[in-house]
Amino acid sequence: MNIWRLVFREIRHRRLNFFLGMLSVAIAVASVIAADVLLSGDRAATAEILNQKQETVEKAVAARQEAVNKAGAELQDIMRKTMRELGFNILILPEDQDLSELHLNGTLSKTMPEEYVAKLAATSIVTVNHLLPSVTKRIQWPEKDMEIILFGTRGEVPIMHSSEKKPLLDAVAPGTMVVGHQIHTRLGLKKGDRLTLLGREFTVATLHPERGSSDDVTVWIDLAQAQELLGLQNLIHAILALECECAGDRITQIRSEISRILPGTQIIERYSQALTRAEARGKAKVVAEKALEDEKAAGAITLKEEQEGRRAIEMRHEQFAAVLVPLAILAASLWVALLAFGNARQRTSEIGILRAIGLRAGQIQTAFLTRAACIGLFGAVCGALPGIAVGRMLSTSSIEGGQAAMQTGSFTVLVLVMVLAPLLSIVASWLPAMAVSRMDPALILQSE
Amino acid sequence: MLLELERVNRSYVGTAGTVRAVTDVSLQVDSGQFIAVCGPSGCGKSTLMLMAGGLLRPDSGEVRVCGQNPYHMSPDARALFRGQSIGFVFQQFHLVPYLSVIDNVLAPSLAVDLPDAHERALQLLKRFGMQHRLNHVPGELSSGERQRTALARALLNRPKLVLADEPTGNLDPDNAVAVLDFLQQYSDEGGAVLLVTHDAAAAGRAHHIVRMSEGRAEVQELLTSPA
Repeated sequence: MNIWRLVFREIRHRRLNFFLGMLSVAIAVASVIAADVLLSGDRAATAEILNQKQETVEKAVAARQEAVNKAGAELQDIMRKTMRELGFNILILPEDQDLSELHLNGTLSKTMPEEYVAKLAATSIVTVNHLLPSVTKRIQWPEKDMEIILFGTRGEVPIMHSSEKKPLLDAVAPGTMVVGHQIHTRLGLKKGDRLTLLGREFTVATLHPERGSSDDVTVWIDLAQAQELLGLQNLIHAILALECECAGDRITQIRSEISRILPGTQIIERYSQALTRAEARGKAKVVAEKALEDEKAAGAITLKEEQEGRRAIEMRHEQFAAVLVPLAILAASLWVALLAFGNARQRTSEIGILRAIGLRAGQIQTAFLTRAACIGLFGAVCGALPGIAVGRMLSTSSIEGGQAAMQTGSFTVLVLVMVLAPLLSIVASWLPAMAVSRMDPALILQSE
Repeated sequence: MLLELERVNRSYVGTAGTVRAVTDVSLQVDSGQFIAVCGPSGCGKSTLMLMAGGLLRPDSGEVRVCGQNPYHMSPDARALFRGQSIGFVFQQFHLVPYLSVIDNVLAPSLAVDLPDAHERALQLLKRFGMQHRLNHVPGELSSGERQRTALARALLNRPKLVLADEPTGNLDPDNAVAVLDFLQQYSDEGGAVLLVTHDAAAAGRAHHIVRMSEGRAEVQELLTSPA
C-alpha cells in the first residue's frame, strides 16, 4: 500500500470529478498549443509568402534587367555597325529633285554636275568624312526581262583636307556588278557568272544577302559605265555624304555650309535602317530601363504591402492569443480549484479516519496534490493533439495551408505545457489540499 | 499503565453556550484490560474516547498513552504516535470507500512502516473470516463485514491500546457478538481495550465498567479480573 495506490483508487472511484478537471486542463492546454501553432503557422506562412513574393519580384526584375541588357547590347551593336559601316548620312540632291520620287520609287530623275563632288571634296568642310557620287535609275533589264534599279557608283571621294581614311564602301570595279538578293536568287546567279546588261557584259563580283529593302532589286556597277549606259555622262543624281558629324542640331550648320559651296542643291538627312533600328532600340532600352525601375519600385511596394498585411494578421492572432490563453488558463485553474474543493468536501470522513490512524498532514496533502498533478499531466497530454489540430485548422483557414499546415508549434512550448499544466493544477489545488490536510480529525469523526 | 486519564475536562462552546462534555474524569487501563465506558447518549463517553486516543485535546487534565502525553507532541508526531500505539474502531466503520478490504486494512501502513504488513493483513482478515472478500470495496460488504474489516485495520500495527466507540451499534446481534468476541480475545492476548458503548450487553463483556453521566464518571464496577 502506498500513496500512489490511494490516489489512483480514488481517481478511479471519482472518475467524473477527475475527468471534469482533466477536461478543463485539456481545453486550456489545447488553447495554449493552438495559439502557439497558429502563431508558428503565421511566422512560417509569412516567411513562405514573402520568399515567394521576393522570388517573383526578383524574377520580374531579372527579366526586366535582361531586357535592358539586351536592348543595351543591341543598341550598342547596331550603333557600332552604324558608326563603322554607315555613319550618319546626308544626301545632297539637285534642288529641283522631287523628294516624293525618291521616297516612293527609290530613284532620282534630276541630275547635277559630277564636278560637284570634286568641288566639295576640295573644300575645308569638316562635318563630312566621305563623299559618294551616284547615278540611279529604275530600268527594264531587257536581257533578263525584269525591272531593276541600276546604281552607278565610283566609290568614295575623300575629303582633301582631312587625313586619309579607310573607305567605308568599296567601289565597284569597271566590268563587274554587285547584284541584289532578289535578282541573283531569281536568276540563280553565282559569283563569277557573266551577264549582259543593256548590251554590255559584266562579271558578277558580289552577291548581296537579303536586306529587306530596295537593295534587293538593285544592281551596282561602276559609275562611269552607268553614266554611259544611262546617257548621263558627267552627271550624277546624288552625293551621299557619309560619316557626317551632324547629329542633333549640327544638321542646320552643315546645310548652310554645303549650300554655300554647292548652290542649287538640297540636303536631306538619310536615316539608314540601321540608325532607325538603333533609335528604336535606344528608345526600347529607355523604356526597358523605365520598366525595370517601375518593376523594382512595384516589387518593393508589393513586398512592403505583403509584409504589412502579414504583420496585421499576425498581430490579430497575437491579440487573440493574448486574450484566449490567459483566459483559458485562469478558467481552468479556477475550475480545477473548485473541483478540488468539492473533492476535499467529499473526502472529509475518509481524511478524518486516515488522520486518526496515523497519516500525517503532509501525506494527505501529497495525496491531494498528486491527484492534482495527474489531472494536469493527463489533461496536458489529452489537450496537446487537439491543440495542434485546432491550431493547424485555424492556420490553414486563414492562410491556406503551405508551411503553416506543417507546423506543430514549438517543442519548447509543448514541453513547458507538459510541465506547467501539472504545476498549475497543483497550485490551483493547493488551498483545498492545505485545508483538508489541516482539518481536525476529531471534529470530523464527531460530526459523523 | 497503558492509558492514564487524570482529571480530564472538556467543554464545547456552542450557540447555546458552553457545554461541559467531560468533567474531572480519571481512568486507567493496563495491558490485558478490557474496560467499557457506559452511559446514555450525550454523556461524554465519545469525547472521553477521542481524548484518550490523542485526537481531542482536553481543556485540562493529563492524558498519557504508553507513558507519553500525546498532546505534548507536534500534530504530525502525534499522528505517528497514534498509528504506532492505538487502534480505532468506530460505530460508522469509517472505511475508505474506494479501497478494497485488503487495502483498507493496509491503510495504517501508509503511516507506519510495517515490513510484514501484507501478511499480517491477510492473517487478520482470515482470522475475522474475511479472506473471501479481500478485493471487495466497503459498498459491497455487509455491516458485520465492514466492522470486521475495521477491526482488522485497527489491529494491523499491533497496537497496545484499542479504542472502540460503539462498535456494535450498527450490527445485528450475531455480528455484535462476533466483534465483542474479537475484542475480548484481543485483551485476553494482552492488549488493552477501551470500549465505549451504551449497550449493557456489550459492556457486560468487559473486565471493568465505567458509568458516565453528564460528563462525570460516576461508578466503576469490577466485573471480572483481567487474565
